[in-house]
Amino acid sequence: MTTVVGGPGLARKFEKVCQILDRHQRNPAKLVPILQAVQEEYRYLPEEILTYVATSLELPPARVYGVATFYAHFTLQPRGKHVVRMCDGTACHVRKSAPVLEALRNRLGLSEEKKTTPDMLFTVETVSCLGACGLAPVVVIDEDVHGQMTPEAAVSLIEDLLAKEEGSRL
Amino acid sequence: MTQATVALSLEALAQEYELRTAKVTRRVIICAGTGCVANGALKVHEAFAQKIAAAGLAVAVNLEGEGEGTLVSRSGCQGFCQMGPLVTVLPDGILYTKVKPADVDEIVQTTLVQGKTVERLLYVEPRGGRKCRGCEEITFYKRQQRTVLKDCGLIDPEDIREYIHRGGYFSARKAWTQMSPRAVCEELLHSGLRGRGGGGFPTGRKWELAAAAPSLKKYIICNGDEGDPGAFMDRSVMEGNPHSVIEGMMIAARAIGADEGYVYVRAEYPLAVKRIRKAVQDATAAGLLGPNVFGTGGALEFHVMEGAGAFVCGEETALIASVEGHRGMPSPKPPFPAQSGLWGKPTVINNVETLATVPLVIRDGAAAFRKVGTAGSPGTKTFALTGHVANTGLIEVPFGATLREVVFNIGGGVSDDNGKVIDDGFKAVQIGGPSGGCLTNEHLDLSLDFDSLKTVGAMVGSGGLVVMNKHTCMVSVARFFMRFTQNESCGKCVLCREGTKQMLALLDDVVEGRGTAETLELLSTLARAVQKGSLCGLGKTAPGPVLSTLRYFRAEYEAHVFQKRCPASRCKALCPPRILSEKCKGCTLCAKKCPASAITGEPRKPHAIDAALCVKCGACVAACKFGAIVR
Repeated sequence: MTTVVGGPGLARKFEKVCQILDRHQRNPAKLVPILQAVQEEYRYLPEEILTYVATSLELPPARVYGVATFYAHFTLQPRGKHVVRMCDGTACHVRKSAPVLEALRNRLGLSEEKKTTPDMLFTVETVSCLGACGLAPVVVIDEDVHGQMTPEAAVSLIEDLLAKEEGSRL
Repeated sequence: MTQATVALSLEALAQEYELRTAKVTRRVIICAGTGCVANGALKVHEAFAQKIAAAGLAVAVNLEGEGEGTLVSRSGCQGFCQMGPLVTVLPDGILYTKVKPADVDEIVQTTLVQGKTVERLLYVEPRGGRKCRGCEEITFYKRQQRTVLKDCGLIDPEDIREYIHRGGYFSARKAWTQMSPRAVCEELLHSGLRGRGGGGFPTGRKWELAAAAPSLKKYIICNGDEGDPGAFMDRSVMEGNPHSVIEGMMIAARAIGADEGYVYVRAEYPLAVKRIRKAVQDATAAGLLGPNVFGTGGALEFHVMEGAGAFVCGEETALIASVEGHRGMPSPKPPFPAQSGLWGKPTVINNVETLATVPLVIRDGAAAFRKVGTAGSPGTKTFALTGHVANTGLIEVPFGATLREVVFNIGGGVSDDNGKVIDDGFKAVQIGGPSGGCLTNEHLDLSLDFDSLKTVGAMVGSGGLVVMNKHTCMVSVARFFMRFTQNESCGKCVLCREGTKQMLALLDDVVEGRGTAETLELLSTLARAVQKGSLCGLGKTAPGPVLSTLRYFRAEYEAHVFQKRCPASRCKALCPPRILSEKCKGCTLCAKKCPASAITGEPRKPHAIDAALCVKCGACVAACKFGAIVR
């Protein structure tokens, strides 16, 4: 499990990023893999870490920020504990992924702009094609792929997770 | 190291595999592609290992030592994802579909112990309901010609020895030890192999350009950034036979004189990333890659890099920028990457499927390769067949096969929204994804190849084939692709960045009922401007879906614009709301909210909407507390 958002102190935060930078020989050409590793560690790209990465690689912060905002995988906003990704590829689209997405967002009170629940439990995003078109429409929750989804089936997956979260809190 | 000792090592590895499998009498192959894993294939694999042992039979799960009895192995994608998890039993030649862990015991008892077939797990043809025992009987497989995909779905993609045992890396050795770089280029040129990534540029020509570039340092890059939504050919090859891609890269490196290579894989394909990484590691450990390739003294080193979710990185100059750690933005050509690519060095970028085809060309020779396909487009092509079709999955056919063959024979026909096969349901096929165009009834007998598709305003693209039935709204399909390209435009060229945005706004007008005759006019003018004013393939081809749907389905656009009607009843804003009389309580709220006074009815009795007055604003739908008004 990765670090909980806002959990550890700053010192520990930078310790991790130093390890990542060292692993990539502080090579500016490895900026994309470095940011990928940072995001895996922190679950998003915190602004102070981006600045730190820029300084260490002797790059202008604008360049690092530019790369971080260019690629769809990078997010500058903290993500929820569970990341729900709805495939928005062509096959999923023609097999009606839109109502599934709508149902997921409705259940969690989210929208296209508001991607994460206030309790930081869920983030709902769309992703362009996961290549599992034979199973369209597809939803990926954390690492698990769920195929041939209906609005009801997708919501019940969320209910299951909510019940589990509720259980662990008690 | 002398050539003889290295030559021996390939044969030795093959022989070692031979020895380890000598006592294997049966093989159970569980498809472990993304689709089947999502459906629980790994649990099925585990169950087989347990149940076979429990039945008192000899079982081998890995080939660390000598295997005996039944070998239970995993394979890459077999292309029949919707029927997964798939289990193949060899040499019986039985294919079981939708196998659950609970079915495993029955398969072990019936098939492995008694040698009989479990009828209920066989595939049933959607037309006619015939039960098929194995691949040879299933039309979906029978009518394909699998060459690049031949070993996908059979071999264990994580076992380099099995790949070598089936003749793998022998082509690379031939290219490195028996052929000059020039001979390799010429063989490719004669074969007529064209890039499978979309453009269809002759691979041999690309290599020749890079080979001729004077530089001590050159790079080979494998483009595995398969971003076309609705296509998964490259994913399947990387998951199912990763070593064929590595071998193709080795041959390309030999041809151009490269000593370093990158495999750029989409991060959305975690399994492909894992298998390619393992393949590079294993090939390096076996000494195939390293400081002394096949004893020639030549060095070769490959790295794997994950993409970060940008469609434009499929364009070669953008991909190079991404590898260099920049925003993935394309740059003008010339200079071509073959002259000045990664870090300014000559670089060849080939698509996954192209590279996986290369070892076959070297093995069989250019003449044999040309025997399949058409004169202008030799060889076979893989397509991802998806959408409203009975058999969705990965297929491989020779260039020149017709759309009819692919959709109706291999695909088993068009299906309705619930997956049931319907006659006369075919409307169109979108080929080439967001860059391509649509093909209709009149193209059913058109030969699928690079050149003839271009003449009808479509393209092979990467090979996504999305079948659409009669209930699909073509305007909303065009809008879907426009939203995709608008979203993925890198922002460099004004016409691509702003033009796609405006085109999307115009399409929104059409599907939301605000369109006029001028909208359509403007849409096609702008489409041509975006085509002309964009630097890279993304912008140049972005208007493709709009132009081709305007060409073949103009009537549908006109219905949206002039009659404010969606013929397929898909565009919500154009579908008048209906009152479900059994749910309506007659509360009169909707009538009060209706701005057009289109709703009438007596209190406490079901109301009705006058379609002639209705402006389809949806205020009534939002107002109704009983859910009695629907679109």
